Amino acid sequence: MKKLIHSISAVPLLAATLLAVLPQTGITAGGGAELEHFTPVRTDRALQRGARTFVNYCQGCHTAEYQRYSRLAADIGISEIDMSANMIFTTDTEGKPTKVGSLMTNNMSSDYAKKAFGVVPPNLALVSRSRGVDWLYTYMKSFYLDESRPLGANNTVYPNVGMPHVLADLQGWHKPVYEDDGAGHSVLKGFQQVTAGTLSPDEYDSTISDLVSFLDYLGDPNREARHSLGIKVMLFLLLFLVLAILLKKEYWKDIPHN
Amino acid sequence: MSKVSDTMAWIDERIPLTATWNKHVGQYYAPKNFNFWYYFGSLALLVLVIQIVTGIFLTMNYKPDGDLAFKSVEYIMRDVNWGWLIRYMHSTGASMFFVVVYLHMMRAIMYGSYKKPRELLWIFGMLIYLVLMAEAFMGYLLPWGQMSYWGAQVIISLFGAIPFVGDAITLWLRGDYVVSDATLNRFFALHVIAMPLVLVGLVFVHIIALHEVGSNNPDGNDIKKVKGADGKPLDGIPFHPYYTVKDLVGVVVFLIIFFAIVFFAPEMGGYFLEHANYIPADPLKTPEHIAPVWYFTPFYAILRAMPDKLLGVMAMFAAIAVLFFLPWIDRNPVRSIRYRSAAYKFILAAFVIAFIVLGYYGMQPVTPMGTIISRLCAFIYFGFFVALFVISKNEKTKPVPERVTY
Amino acid sequence: MATDNVASNGGSAPAVDLKRRRLLTTGAGVVGGLGAITLGIPFVSSMSPSARAKAAGAPVEVDISKLEPGQRVIVEWRGKPVWVVRRTQALLDSLETVKDELRDIESDDSDQPEYAKNIHRSIKPETLVMVGICTHLGCSPTYRPDVAAADLGADWLGGFFCPCHGSKFDISGRVYKGVPAPTNLEVPPHQYLSDTRILVGADGGQA
Repeated sequence: MKKLIHSISAVPLLAATLLAVLPQTGITAGGGAELEHFTPVRTDRALQRGARTFVNYCQGCHTAEYQRYSRLAADIGISEIDMSANMIFTTDTEGKPTKVGSLMTNNMSSDYAKKAFGVVPPNLALVSRSRGVDWLYTYMKSFYLDESRPLGANNTVYPNVGMPHVLADLQGWHKPVYEDDGAGHSVLKGFQQVTAGTLSPDEYDSTISDLVSFLDYLGDPNREARHSLGIKVMLFLLLFLVLAILLKKEYWKDIPHN
Repeated sequence: MSKVSDTMAWIDERIPLTATWNKHVGQYYAPKNFNFWYYFGSLALLVLVIQIVTGIFLTMNYKPDGDLAFKSVEYIMRDVNWGWLIRYMHSTGASMFFVVVYLHMMRAIMYGSYKKPRELLWIFGMLIYLVLMAEAFMGYLLPWGQMSYWGAQVIISLFGAIPFVGDAITLWLRGDYVVSDATLNRFFALHVIAMPLVLVGLVFVHIIALHEVGSNNPDGNDIKKVKGADGKPLDGIPFHPYYTVKDLVGVVVFLIIFFAIVFFAPEMGGYFLEHANYIPADPLKTPEHIAPVWYFTPFYAILRAMPDKLLGVMAMFAAIAVLFFLPWIDRNPVRSIRYRSAAYKFILAAFVIAFIVLGYYGMQPVTPMGTIISRLCAFIYFGFFVALFVISKNEKTKPVPERVTY
Repeated sequence: MATDNVASNGGSAPAVDLKRRRLLTTGAGVVGGLGAITLGIPFVSSMSPSARAKAAGAPVEVDISKLEPGQRVIVEWRGKPVWVVRRTQALLDSLETVKDELRDIESDDSDQPEYAKNIHRSIKPETLVMVGICTHLGCSPTYRPDVAAADLGADWLGGFFCPCHGSKFDISGRVYKGVPAPTNLEVPPHQYLSDTRILVGADGGQA
């Protein structure tokens, strides 16, 4: 029996070790810039602020199709009436305000978007899962003025990005500072503020933190529910495991050793 | 009580219910010394059931259409009641299927379960593995994300390496000039109907074959040779209740791991659900780094290690095909690793390490170093079979005891 | 459980505590069974209407300002046809006349909000709001305000006729005797937003 317990307890341990040892796959930084580590905040207040920034600044061009306004309202603790009144700025095909049960689309036609940006701005509902929150957080803080770009902005995380710096009013403009690393490569040292925005750097960081937390929520709205249910399932299975082990031991008393 | 036995008698006159139960469960005598490695057969059956049930419920909302597929998966994840649970169970189940099957195969190799008289049992198992790979590959296209799309593109293109008819075959497989709606639709049909039918049939035959010859055990001896006065093997115990209660423990431990992944790490850090698959399929843009899901990567690494397209494809298929011949490559009648030579243990260890290292490099972007290591490991992989063929002829083995170790 | 053919290999096994064995078997069976049933709930529940279906089932607004007496408009609510009929005085008068030929005159066994449980089965007598699905097997009846229609008999006073299995309803959707439909047509929850605008599907909890 000891052997049995020993061998079964080894399995989750093995899985955990494997996961810890293996490198994380797939998310590529691109552009080579270092990414700042970001931990999303899942409070109603933070998500409400992030949602407000999203519907005001992002949703003009991007959609969050797959996500419903009504679901969002329920998840971030505001009523559907407040949602309709304060956060829905889009209209449906008949020109009426979008209903609260609808998906978070926008009013930009893809033909127009292609003309304006060259590509249709991506749906952001899953961007936190394809890019990761670290990338998003650093990206949103890494725009800088670049006259050579058609829309006047460039980004150290995503060089030659097609997106303008939509939050420039809030952040102001800054420029990257490079430094020689001694081996002949210039590496990004940081940013230097050129013109001030309406927000202080700290306030801007907190705005981006809320926004990326919101995008994190959009990518995985079930996470909280999943975790809390998961704990209950684990407790149940552990109880069942105890019973199963006792049952096995009881029956195997019959089996003599050689 | 007599009502019950009357009913049973009534049924037994018409179908052999009690007889079947006794043959396969109630009086199926299994060796009493099964260890950790013997859980994975019943677990594979469990995962098959999980996949079929969750799969049925997913098809209720999934749309096999180039324009709708990706959206319908997100619809399942967000709008369908409990859709996320069902989908994560299915995606986790796919990976866990391979975890369980690889361990099950490892057991068979270690304890020589493929040797006479279990050659057909092994071959049916290999066929299950082959169909499982096809099933997993086709299922992976269905979410219609970037990895789904480009993964399918690459794998189908492999057939293009076949001389003369390669291009015609790839065209026929896709039903279009690129992977497209037509490909998605036929993969859906094969994934939900054709492959599962074949799989269930093969599993049935696999179990029938097992119960015909009886289970092997960690000592690799034959329990039927030592029988008691009642004609039952002395080292055998009825599958039910002894192995049903024991497998129950295995099942619960498995479920703990399975649901821990489903609830707390469904993406498994990008190994079970790849990050790039959260971007809808785009035929005009390949992701920066394509890697198959982890369970294909050892073979993918062998493919990439070869400097020639045709050679790579051949090596990859040969890596799987050679396993079919294992019962005849290994010429030593001693089954269990416990009584085999140090040389055998050494080459087997090298084989396992090479397989894992290949799996690792199959996930990584191509680097010169990675290619060299992959080539070395591919050499060890195939070298194992050659060495086994040579060593097993005149191997110095320890005497196999008559009774099992318990 | 088949414990009789146990321990075929001699009597070295210790005495079996059958009580404990049965207790553990029952315990594991009950706990495992509960787990299996609980796991079944998500699967069953996944077949109920999704968030999309519920959103599509949101209340719909109908503008009746251009509806002439005797006319009907059909709107879609939860994928079902909902009729709004503006009845003429002649049609309303018929409600008393047909009484004796009906199965559920007072709508006691039928589905309607409390405020529509009256002879005209509506909030305002003139305006009928009704789910256009036959209570027999789900076909949509046709609107037949034509009195004494050739195919429905000289005593037809106007109402609804289901072409699938011949059920007849009066102009309030009440079912006639001797036809397959069991109950009167259903009245959906609705409310007046103004004199000319009706919201179908919500009534502010008056039902």
